[in-house]
Amino acid sequence: MIKTLAKSIREYKLPSILTLIFIMGEVVIEVMIPFVTANLVNDIKAGVDISNVIKTGVLLVLLAIVSLCCGGIAAITCSKASAGFAKNLRRDMFSKIQSFSFSNIDKFSSTSLVTRLTTDITHVQMSYMMIIRTAIRSPMMFIFSVIAAYVMGGALATSFVVVIPVLICGLLLISRKAMPAFRRVFKKYDRLNESIEENVRGMRVVKGFSREEYEKKKFASAADGITDDFTKAERIVALNSPIMSFCMYFNTVMILFIGSYLVISSGGSKVDVGQISAMLTYGVQILMSLMMLSMIYVMITMSLESMKRICEVLNEEPSLKNPENPIKEVLCGSVEFENVSFKYSENAKLYALENINLTIKSGMTVGIIGGTGSSKSSLVQLIPRLYDTTLGTVKVGGVDVRDYDIKTLRDSVAMVLQKNQLFSGTIKENLRWGNENATDDEIVEVCKLAQADEFIESFPDKYDTYIEQGGTNVSGGQKQRLCIARALLKKPKILILDDSTSAVDTKTDAFIRAGFKKYIPETTKFIIAQRISSVEDADLIIVMNGGKIENCGKHEELLKTSEIYREVYEQQTMGGGSDEN
Amino acid sequence: MKTNNAPQNMGPKGAPPKRKMNFGALKRVLKMLISYYPVLLPLAIACIVFSAIIATAPAIFNQQILAAIENWYQSKDWASAKDEIIPKIIILIVLYVLSLLSVLAHTQLMAVITQGFLGKMRKTLFNGMQNLPIKYFDTNKHGDIMSHYTNDIDALRQLVSQAIPALLQASIIVVCVFTVMLWYSFWMTIVVIGGVLLLTFVTKTVGGGSAKYFIRQQKAIGKTEGFIQEMMSGQKVVKVFCHEDKCQEDFDKVNEALYEDSRKAHSYANLLGPINMNIGNILYVIIATVGGIFLLSDSFTNLSLSKLFGNEVVFGISVVIPFLNMTKQFTGNVNQVSQQINSIVMGLAGADRVLKLMDTEPETDDGYVTLVNATVNEDGTLTETNERTGVWAWKHPHGDGTLTYTRLMGDVTLDDVDFGYNEDKLVLHNIDVYARPGQKVAFVGATGAGKTTITNLINRFYDIADGKIRYDGININKIKKSDLRRSLGIVLQETNLFTGTVMENIRYGRLDATDEECIEAARLSGADDFITRLPRGYETELSNNGANLSQGQRQLISIARAAVADPPVMILDEATSSIDTRTEAIVQKGMDRLMQGRTVFVIAHRLSTVKNSDVIMVLEQGRIIERGTHEDLIAQKGKYYQLYTGAFELE
Repeated sequence: MIKTLAKSIREYKLPSILTLIFIMGEVVIEVMIPFVTANLVNDIKAGVDISNVIKTGVLLVLLAIVSLCCGGIAAITCSKASAGFAKNLRRDMFSKIQSFSFSNIDKFSSTSLVTRLTTDITHVQMSYMMIIRTAIRSPMMFIFSVIAAYVMGGALATSFVVVIPVLICGLLLISRKAMPAFRRVFKKYDRLNESIEENVRGMRVVKGFSREEYEKKKFASAADGITDDFTKAERIVALNSPIMSFCMYFNTVMILFIGSYLVISSGGSKVDVGQISAMLTYGVQILMSLMMLSMIYVMITMSLESMKRICEVLNEEPSLKNPENPIKEVLCGSVEFENVSFKYSENAKLYALENINLTIKSGMTVGIIGGTGSSKSSLVQLIPRLYDTTLGTVKVGGVDVRDYDIKTLRDSVAMVLQKNQLFSGTIKENLRWGNENATDDEIVEVCKLAQADEFIESFPDKYDTYIEQGGTNVSGGQKQRLCIARALLKKPKILILDDSTSAVDTKTDAFIRAGFKKYIPETTKFIIAQRISSVEDADLIIVMNGGKIENCGKHEELLKTSEIYREVYEQQTMGGGSDEN
Repeated sequence: MKTNNAPQNMGPKGAPPKRKMNFGALKRVLKMLISYYPVLLPLAIACIVFSAIIATAPAIFNQQILAAIENWYQSKDWASAKDEIIPKIIILIVLYVLSLLSVLAHTQLMAVITQGFLGKMRKTLFNGMQNLPIKYFDTNKHGDIMSHYTNDIDALRQLVSQAIPALLQASIIVVCVFTVMLWYSFWMTIVVIGGVLLLTFVTKTVGGGSAKYFIRQQKAIGKTEGFIQEMMSGQKVVKVFCHEDKCQEDFDKVNEALYEDSRKAHSYANLLGPINMNIGNILYVIIATVGGIFLLSDSFTNLSLSKLFGNEVVFGISVVIPFLNMTKQFTGNVNQVSQQINSIVMGLAGADRVLKLMDTEPETDDGYVTLVNATVNEDGTLTETNERTGVWAWKHPHGDGTLTYTRLMGDVTLDDVDFGYNEDKLVLHNIDVYARPGQKVAFVGATGAGKTTITNLINRFYDIADGKIRYDGININKIKKSDLRRSLGIVLQETNLFTGTVMENIRYGRLDATDEECIEAARLSGADDFITRLPRGYETELSNNGANLSQGQRQLISIARAAVADPPVMILDEATSSIDTRTEAIVQKGMDRLMQGRTVFVIAHRLSTVKNSDVIMVLEQGRIIERGTHEDLIAQKGKYYQLYTGAFELE
C-alpha cells in the first residue's frame, strides 16, 4: 500500500528530504539549548563576570535564530511536500479513473469516488505532513534528549529509566484500547447520521403518517446507545493526560530529590544547580516527544482507512485495453452479434444477455422494445465496446470491436446514454464535446436535425446560454435533444439512442426521426424506446425479454407474432387496457 | 461519511476564524450545560481550577528547594540539609498527588459531561426538528441541515471538551504565574511581559496570514469538489465521447490552484510553531542575561510584591532560575490561550447555528377536532369508543361546551383557494375542487403548474392564504394536524423508505398492523409478487433508501405502506411514474381495488393513469383551465386533447 502511494511523491521528494534535514538541524539545536542554558545558569551563579553571561547569552540567541531558520524552512518545505504529494495523488487517481471502463466505473459509486478524491486525500496529506515533520522529530528528540540527559546528568537520569517505560506502556495501552472502541463507535455514529439524513429526506412521509413521536423514540434509543459508547471510548482517551502528568511529576520529584542529595553531598562537584534545571527541561522534552509519538500513531492508524480506499482506486486494473495493433478506421455501420452472451461481473449467476445473434446492415434503423430489466441497454452498450462480451463476438463494419482502437470505434459509434448529462458551460461548449473543431454552422445544422435549434434560439443568449451543473436550467426534453445534437456532431457511422426521447413529445419525436431518415440515411440507427410510436416505422424491431430476443421483425409482423409487443401496443393506443375492467 | 469527532482532530486547525465572539451563544451553552449537570459540572470546574493552581506551586517549591541546596552545598552536610529539604519535597509530593487526582477527576468528568451533553443536544435537536413545518425542509438544503448534526455538533464538542477547559486552565495558570513572578520581582516581570506582547503580535500576524489562506484553501476545495462531482457523475458520458484527455487538462488546472492555496495556508500555520518556540527561547536568554546583570550589579534594587508585603525574598540565583522556568510556563500558556481562541470562535459559531435550529418556530397546531373510533347507534348517531371498530368519527367540541360527532366519510372540498409559498407571489388562484366520498379526482399539468401544491394544502403541510378547505364539512384548520394526516394516505413520487425490513417499512403506515395485514396490503397494491421473490421475502433488510430495489419496486412498497394505513382519502402524487407501462397494467388492478370506496387524488404524468377518473382538472400556472371527465375533455379539444394526442410535451 505504502509503495502504491509513495509513487505519487515524485518531484516532491526533494522538499520532503529537505524537511527531514532541516528538522534534524532543528532538533540538534533544540537539544543543545538546555546544555547552553545550563552553562548560562552556572555563569550567572558563578557571578564573577557579566561578560561570560553575555557571551553565553549571545551563543544562545544565535542558536535560537538558527533553530528558527531551520524550523521555518522545514515548515515551508514540508507544506510544499505534503500539498504537492496530495496534488500528485489526486492527479494520479483522477487519471486512473479516466482510464476506467464502464465495468470499473460500476464498481465504485460516483459519490464514493468524490470522497476518495477529496476527504481521503486530505487525510493522507495531513498524515504525510505529520510524518515528515514529527515522525522524525519525535524519535530524534527522544534519543538526543536521553543521550544528552545521560551525558549531563549521569545519575540524575536514572529517573528516566522508570518514567519512560511507564509512559510508553500507558500510552500504548490507551491507544490499543481506545482505537477499536472509537472505530466501532464511529461506524455506529455514521449510521446514526445516515438515519438522520433518512429522516430529513423522508420528512413528508414522517409527517404524512404523523410519525413524529415514533421517530423521536427510535432516535432517542439509538442516540443514547451511541452516547454511552462515546463516553466509554472518550474516558479511555482521557487517561492520557493524568498518565502524562504522573510521569512529569514523578520525574521532577526524583530529579529534585536525587539532585539535591548529589549536589550537597558532593559539594557541587559532581552535579550542580544548573544541571538540575537542565534535567528538568530534558524531562519535559522526552515526555513530550513520547506523547507526540502516540498521537502520530493514532493519526496514522486513523488515516489507514483513507489510504486503503485510495489504493483501491489506484490498484484497479482498467478492464478494457486497446489492442496491440489497433485498426484505426471503421469502414461502415454494419453490426453483427455472433452467439453473444454477457454478464456484468464474473460472479454474477445470471447472464444479462444470452445467446444473441443479429445481423444489421449499414444504414438500417433498428428499434428495440422491452420492459425494464430486459437488457435493452446492455445489448447496445456492447457495440461501442463500453463492455466486453463474456462469450461470442460483436462486429462493427465486419471487424471484431476488440480489434479497433477504442477512440476510433467510439468516434464512429455515437451513443446517447439513458442517464445522460450536460456539463456546466455554454451550449456551444457542450455540443463541441462531439467534435472540438466543429464550426458554428455545423453546430446549428445538428441542432436543427435534433429539433433543438428552435428552443435554443428562444433563449436570450442563444447558443452561448450557460448550462448549470447537471443541466438544471433546461427541461428534460430540451436536455435530451441537446444530447442527441451533441452525438450527431460526431458524424457517426452508427447512432444509438438509449431511451433518449422519452421526455420529448411525440410530434417532435417524429420530426427527429424523419430528419434522420432524410439527412443521415447512411448511418445505422438504434432506437431504444418505451413508446411504440418511436419504433413503429423502423426497418427492424427487436423485442427483448429477460436478456433474450423474444421476437424480431417489422411492426405488422410483430403485432401478429409477439404477444408482448401487441400488449404494449394495445395499451398505448387504447390508453391502458385494464382501465376498462 | 467522515466525522471529525476523533480523539485527535485530523483537519487543519483554525479554519477561517471570524474574530468575533458570540457571547450570547456562549452564555446559552453554559446555561444548558449547568442545567444538565448541576453537580458534575461545578465539580469538574473546581477540579480544573484546583489543578491549575497547583500547577504553579512547583515553581515555588523548586525555588525553595534550590535555595536550600544553595545554602547547604558548600557544607557537604547532607545529614543536616535533608531535614530542611525532605519536608519540602514531601509537600511537593502531596501537592502533586492532589493535582494528579484532580486531573484524573476532571478529565474523566469532562469526558462524561461532554458526551452526555452532545447526546442531549443531538436529541433536543432531532426532537425539535420533528416538530418543524415542512416549509423548513423545503427551504433548507438537506446537506445544510445534516451539517448541524455533524460539523456543528463536532464544533461544540471541541468547545466543551477542549477549548473551554484548556482556556480556563491556561488563564488560571497565567494569572498564578504572573502573581508569583510579581512576588519575586517587578523588573523581571516587565521584561517577560514585553516578550509576551511581541509573541502575541507575531502570532496574530502569522496566524492572520494562515487564516486568509485557509479560507482560500476552503474555497479551492469547494471548487475542486464541484468539478470532481460533475466529472464523476458524468464519467460514462466522458467515456462515450473519448473526452478523457480534455477532462484531465481541466482537472489539472483546478488541482494546481488548490495545491497553491493549500501550500500557503499550511506554510503559515506550520511557521507558528518554530517562531513561538524560538521567541520563547530568546526571551529565556534575555531573562537570564537581565537576571545575571541584576545579580551582578551592586546598584540594582529589586522591587517585588514580597517586599511590599514585608516578606521579602532576597533576589538571588534562587530567584532567577525559577523565573526562567516560569517564563517558559508563561509563554507556553499564552500560546495555549491564543490557539484556543480559534476553536472557541469556531465552536461558538457552531453553537449559534445549532441554537438557531432549536429556536426555529415549530409547526403550530390549533386544531381541536380529533379523530376517534365510534360505533353507530340504531338511530344513526355515533358513540365514541376506545376499540378499533372500523368506523371513525370527528369529535368536534363547540364553544358552548357541547360535543358533536361527524362520521368520517372522505368528502373534501376546496373553495376558492389562493396560495403562495411567499406572501408576495401566489402560485394557486381561485381553486375550487369538490371530491365526494369514493370519487377519483385527477390533476394534470406541466411541472410547476401547482398540482403537488394542492395536495400539500389538503394535509396542511402548508396553510392557505385565502379560501376554505373542508373535510367532511369541517374546516381543516380546526382539525388536529396529526388526526387530519392520519385520515389521509399519501404516496409520493419521491419514495422514501427507511432502514429496516420490508415488513417494517410497510408497517410504518400503521404501527399496530399485524404481519398478515401488512402482507394483505402488499398483495392489494401488487407488491407481494416481487417481495416474495426477494432473497429473504418480507424480512429482507432495506438500507440506503432501498438502494437494492428498483425505483418501481420502491414505489410499490410505498403504496403498500399507504394501503395498510387504510385511510378514507388517498393522495397519489406520481405514485406509479417509475413503473413501466406493462407492469403498471398489472399493478393497476390492485390499485383499482385499493382505490375502491376511497376518495383519491391522483397526480400523474402518464395520461393512461388518470383516464378513468371521475373528474380531471387541467392546471396551468396555478389555475384550473379545464375540468371534466376524459370524454368531456377530449370533446372540448383543448389543452387536454393536445396532451393526449401527443402534440404537447409535459415538462
